[in-house]
Amino acid sequence: MTTNSPSKVHVTTTINGQQHELLVPPYMSLLDTLRELIGLTGTKEGCLDGNCGACTVSVDGRIVDSCLVLGAEVNGKNVNTVEGMATPEGLHPLQQAFLEEAALQCGICTPGFLVAAKGLLDNEPSPSEGRIRHWLAGNLCRCTGYDKIVRAVQKAID
Amino acid sequence: MVATYDTKTDYKVIGNSPIRHDGVDKVTGRAIYGGDVKAPGLIWGDVLRSPHAHARIKSIDTSAAEAMDGVFAVLTHGDFPQTDDKTIDAGEGTVNLRRGQSNVMADKKVHYKGHVVAAVAAVDRNTAQVAAQAIKVEYEVLPAISDVDAAMAEGAPQILDGLVGDHLGESVENTNVARVFRHEFGNVDDAFANSDLVIERTVSMSMVHQGYIEPHNATAIWGQDDNLTVWSSTQGSFGVRSQVAGLLHHPESKIKVNYVEIGGGFGGKTVVYLAPIAALLSRKAGGRPVKLVMDRSSVFEATGPAPGGKIRMKIGVNKDGKIQAADTDLMLEAGGFPGSAVGAAAICVFACYNLPVSRITGYDVLVNKPKSAAYRAPGSPQASFAIETVIDEICDELGFDKIQFRLDNAAHEGTRRGDGVQFIRVGLEECLVAAKESDHWNSPLGDAPAGKKRGRGIASAYWMNGGGKSTCDLMLQDDGTVMLNEGSADIGGTRTSIAMQAAEVLGIPVEDFHPSIPDTESIGFTGVTGGSRTTYTTGLAAYNAAQKLVVELKSRVADLWETEASNVEFADGVFSANGDSIGIQELAGKLDPTGGPATATASVNLAEAGNAYGVQICDLEVDLETGKTDVVRYTAIQDVGKAVHPQYAEGQIQGGVVQGLGWALNEEYFITDDGAMANRSFLDYRMPTSLDMPMIDTIMVEVPNPLHPYGVRGIGEVPICPPLSAAAQAIKEAVGKPFYELPVKPGRILEAQND
Ligand code: FES
Ligand code: FES
Repeated sequence: MTTNSPSKVHVTTTINGQQHELLVPPYMSLLDTLRELIGLTGTKEGCLDGNCGACTVSVDGRIVDSCLVLGAEVNGKNVNTVEGMATPEGLHPLQQAFLEEAALQCGICTPGFLVAAKGLLDNEPSPSEGRIRHWLAGNLCRCTGYDKIVRAVQKAID
Repeated sequence: MVATYDTKTDYKVIGNSPIRHDGVDKVTGRAIYGGDVKAPGLIWGDVLRSPHAHARIKSIDTSAAEAMDGVFAVLTHGDFPQTDDKTIDAGEGTVNLRRGQSNVMADKKVHYKGHVVAAVAAVDRNTAQVAAQAIKVEYEVLPAISDVDAAMAEGAPQILDGLVGDHLGESVENTNVARVFRHEFGNVDDAFANSDLVIERTVSMSMVHQGYIEPHNATAIWGQDDNLTVWSSTQGSFGVRSQVAGLLHHPESKIKVNYVEIGGGFGGKTVVYLAPIAALLSRKAGGRPVKLVMDRSSVFEATGPAPGGKIRMKIGVNKDGKIQAADTDLMLEAGGFPGSAVGAAAICVFACYNLPVSRITGYDVLVNKPKSAAYRAPGSPQASFAIETVIDEICDELGFDKIQFRLDNAAHEGTRRGDGVQFIRVGLEECLVAAKESDHWNSPLGDAPAGKKRGRGIASAYWMNGGGKSTCDLMLQDDGTVMLNEGSADIGGTRTSIAMQAAEVLGIPVEDFHPSIPDTESIGFTGVTGGSRTTYTTGLAAYNAAQKLVVELKSRVADLWETEASNVEFADGVFSANGDSIGIQELAGKLDPTGGPATATASVNLAEAGNAYGVQICDLEVDLETGKTDVVRYTAIQDVGKAVHPQYAEGQIQGGVVQGLGWALNEEYFITDDGAMANRSFLDYRMPTSLDMPMIDTIMVEVPNPLHPYGVRGIGEVPICPPLSAAAQAIKEAVGKPFYELPVKPGRILEAQND
């Protein structure tokens, strides 16, 4: 809202290792906070109702749909997005495996899958195919049929 | 004129699977999709949509929205310029401009729930949303027509005012059937009378959505000089340009469409919805950039799904296993405006079989649902479900082997397709043989656990593929690398599969190419990425441009070596003449004295595209208590002509299969009595997840397409077609009951068992 909107919320948060101080409208999702206020558009919008996973980010190490979290809620927390996966040394092994295994076609689901898969591998070093499929079931991909995405995650394990 | 080629067989680049040039951008979040576009001073647009599926608009009151703080512009149909009743090409289908305008923003009537009635532009997304909802519309609600039976019933209310139907050449008023057409060869009635067995069934299917994960979006700036700049997620920037130009009566030369990455389309992003609205809002807002992003429920309710409908299918066969005749009525839902995929369905329906006698009658039927659009092999999945269901019953009834029967009746070079076109070299028989010899077909089904039963289904299908117009520019750089510009939206790695074809000609590693997709001012016309045309057609433009570049470089070499160009040979990236030789990349740095930069451009317009066939085998398990199905093994066999990039080709097949399985088993528009879609979210419109699917095995058969120098065929669409029947037949085998209605969801399976 414009003139008569409730006042903005002061938020201090760490995003991909960098501290940000923000004034966030109280209704604004974390997704829009990242995309519109910070300019990190790698996190994608697919549905805005928690059913596609394109907006997946991690908050204090937990995987969330950022469209269902308010920007105001990440005060004092650590947010990690796809933009934070690669290092100056190179791509994250999952990113490299996604390229080598052709795990993306249009690529709109890819940031969400990468962040979600990283959330799995950070906690479970060698999940089975079934476990990978179960973990990633909150992320929709309409292009690949999932075969090559699952194989890419398996490859990143090795 | 159609050029044919003797296909090359030894390749250096083609047939490898390099990493795509845009890959790093897409795994690091750097790639810019339509929703990511930013512009200084950007404001947001939103729309008001009809809550009714069928209604007359009595009045629109925009005053409250206009008075709101932060609102810059409000738009209704009256703000659109008058257009002619003219039809233009939208790439995969045509758009009638007057109806196209009414689809973008309702005129006097709303034809489906979610139909846009008005739009606003405001300072931010939230304000735009609130302002759009403040617009008051008075409706006279009319009965909603939700299926082809209701639409074709005597006395049904007419959806499109003034529609005059063309029914086999006759003009018919007061109808919801926009078109009836027929392809007929021989006398089907006589042929049925002479058949040993005739089976006739009617199948039906619900509307389904492409389900691309990225919603539609558009950003536009209408400059004070009337130059219009647009960014929009689309399968073809030039398609956006021609539709916006037509709908807004604006010169094409004053519209620039910038390329943005596209998050899936599958045919659904060939039609414009938001771009004309963003443009007019920007003009009304004094040239401010205006952006709109569609919400997911509106993507379901108000974009262009694949038609549902009803298909009657009758086939006569003799005991010797030869089909005598086939007759079908295809009744497909166009949605709220004319133009379903029934024309393409008619082309595809009998294309797997060599039929002496056939009749195809197509009906394009309006219903109060969103105007349907292309969805991966538009019309063919529905048609394939109908014919393969009856073929399967014939095989069961007469005890024919399901592959041998198809081989005995298979279409091949010279066969007349149902619409009269004669096939050039096609690969259906090779696919069937590969299926017959596959490990999958020769492995037992295996035992199901207690409480479950297994079945196996097989089905084949066809898609004609597309050609059309494409452009490619090549610019050889001093350091031997190549800038490649081409006009095709890249939805799955086509930058690379196109560059590979130029690389093969030039003998330059594909890693030394930088392919990009410029805006509509910076590349020649190129049609949409659709119809499985891109790697074939734009690839051929790249091939031709590379051949031109070779000719140019030969004359440069001749200059350098003071000889005739006709003395210069070129092979494997090396120019040679009179004992001298030089590699192409080394030559690139020596061109200055010969006239400077070497570039080449080629445009093509291909009338034909070769054809695509697929055969698929599905094993699945049915839980007898819940009706839940699980696919346990799946093999997709397809003639790919020549797999330019085998890994990406396989990905196209796997993705198509899974979309087809969703269509077969779960997906549907669940329409309530008042014409609303009840399941308009990803939660309720149940697309397959990673947990629902097994790995998808593929067998790629390579029968070269004689229309392409490397034998390339379009591959993206046909794989979505066979799963509908393959899965349904597998369920039939498991539970012993046939299914004539899609999706074959758990409820239907349980019902059938209790019958
Ligand atoms: S955009 Fe958040 S789950 Fe779809
Ligand atoms: S690659 Fe397109 S949705 Fe996953």
